[in-house]
Amino acid sequence: MKQTHFVRTAALLFGLAFLYAPIALLVLYSFNASRLVTVWGGFSTRWYASLLENEQLIASAWISLRVALVSALIATIVGTCAAIALARFGRFRGRIAFSSMIYAPLVMPEVITGLSLLLLFVALDIPRGFWTVVVAHATLGMCFVAVVVHARLVTLDRSLEEAAMDLGATPGRALLQVTLPLAAPSILAGYALAFILSIDDVVVASFTSGPGSTTLPMRIYSQVRLGVTPEINAVSAILIGIVGVILVAGYLVGRRKPRQA
Amino acid sequence: MSARRSLAERLVLGAPWVWLAVFFLIPFLIVVKISLSQAALAQPPYTPAFDLADGWEAMVGKLSELSLAAYAGLADDWLYAQAYLSSLRMALISTAFTLAIAYPMAYAMARAPEHLRPVLLVLAIAPFWTSFLIRVYAWITILKDEGLLNHALLSLGIISEPLRIFATDGAVVIGIVYSYLPFMVLPLYNAIARQPPELREAAADLGASPAAAFWRITVPLSAPGILAGCLLVFIPAIGEFVIPDLLGGSDTLMIGRTLWVEFFDNRDWPAASAVAVVLLALLVLPMALYERSQMAETPP
Repeated sequence: MKQTHFVRTAALLFGLAFLYAPIALLVLYSFNASRLVTVWGGFSTRWYASLLENEQLIASAWISLRVALVSALIATIVGTCAAIALARFGRFRGRIAFSSMIYAPLVMPEVITGLSLLLLFVALDIPRGFWTVVVAHATLGMCFVAVVVHARLVTLDRSLEEAAMDLGATPGRALLQVTLPLAAPSILAGYALAFILSIDDVVVASFTSGPGSTTLPMRIYSQVRLGVTPEINAVSAILIGIVGVILVAGYLVGRRKPRQA
Repeated sequence: MSARRSLAERLVLGAPWVWLAVFFLIPFLIVVKISLSQAALAQPPYTPAFDLADGWEAMVGKLSELSLAAYAGLADDWLYAQAYLSSLRMALISTAFTLAIAYPMAYAMARAPEHLRPVLLVLAIAPFWTSFLIRVYAWITILKDEGLLNHALLSLGIISEPLRIFATDGAVVIGIVYSYLPFMVLPLYNAIARQPPELREAAADLGASPAAAFWRITVPLSAPGILAGCLLVFIPAIGEFVIPDLLGGSDTLMIGRTLWVEFFDNRDWPAASAVAVVLLALLVLPMALYERSQMAETPP
């Protein structure tokens, strides 16, 4: 028994080390004073300072942020609608086709999604720019939102909705005032997921963006292709830090909720 | 009242329907159509180009100009077939390694003390929330010839010459395993954690060793999780672009990269579209399997 316990702990620690060591090293080396990325030259924050002067990078960061905020909002609204339809409308006509369209983009190779959206924009003669990236990311994001919210809706106790309707609420009101507040954490999680997908995406954005709408990942990508630079390490460390803070905050908030209820 | 409700319902169902039809379904039909066109020095760079302004008859007339030339091009050049096969091979190897690392992890998580499980789950999934691009990039620093791994191994005296990992297929496999590990851990954890502990107790009472109980009860019962996890890794891995492009060598053939090169470097849109159509045809079966496993999981 002791032995299997040891093996299990070792497997878990190995897995977690594999997951976190590269990230930890990246953050560590972003504070490296040396320009040589693999030689430790002492602690320094000079690469963070030089980031502040990189106007292109900062401009791209703003574009990415705006694209992510807007596309995640669209994705959350439409995706939640899709989740409600899947969870509450029973066996409506075209249900299989509908759910196929929700699940397919989740595993679709990004190059295909990007290419097909670009060809659509070209066919419709829509100039590529900020909004085409927003539409592309919203399309991807809404499928993730739909799956996350749907998973929550099907586990919700339906008797609460039924009680509301027995007390005279219309189905729409029961949905808005009972079901959706109960599903709010999953909707928030869906928004966060869509936001992160958007702010992280390089492939779909490369296909659908135009001049003047180069996103941060696209900028990072074109620099990384040329080689490792300490500046990119610093950007990466900042992004990892932001996500880390969001995750810890989300975890703490999520942990408090059930106890209050 | 009921009329208003059905209008609201129609909106709730209609909005995602229309959005996905316009931005997901129709784009594919356009890909298929352009895969039947021919590359041309024009804007957009293919012919025939349909234009609604030409009127219906002109468009019907142009239908005869469609051809299978792009597909013939794929069949003629051995490089494309190699790229498909090599993607398949890399995706299979990567999926196997991911499963081998993820299963013991998920098992340990599912059997951990109950109060630790939520924390472990967050720890296992958190890397997925950090940038994919950055996580792949982190491996460049580690795997390069003069990188951190070689540096450490050399100074420890384990090797006398730097290992050549970066810019090989091996580096691509490491990158895929690393990037997709959370996708595998999550369904496996769910499948294992759901099993009632009484099953193992019963097996032990009936004389099964812990190993026998593991192989004959835990593993078979987690089969749906294994299938979902493997598909979640295998399908995107086949069309992966960023990982082979950053970690692979110039001779690393993967179909996602081929599509990218055809489109961005060669500006051959019909060829890129044909590559996409064939890739999608290869993925139809695994994708249908995945959808079925998801729908079985959450009945309406």
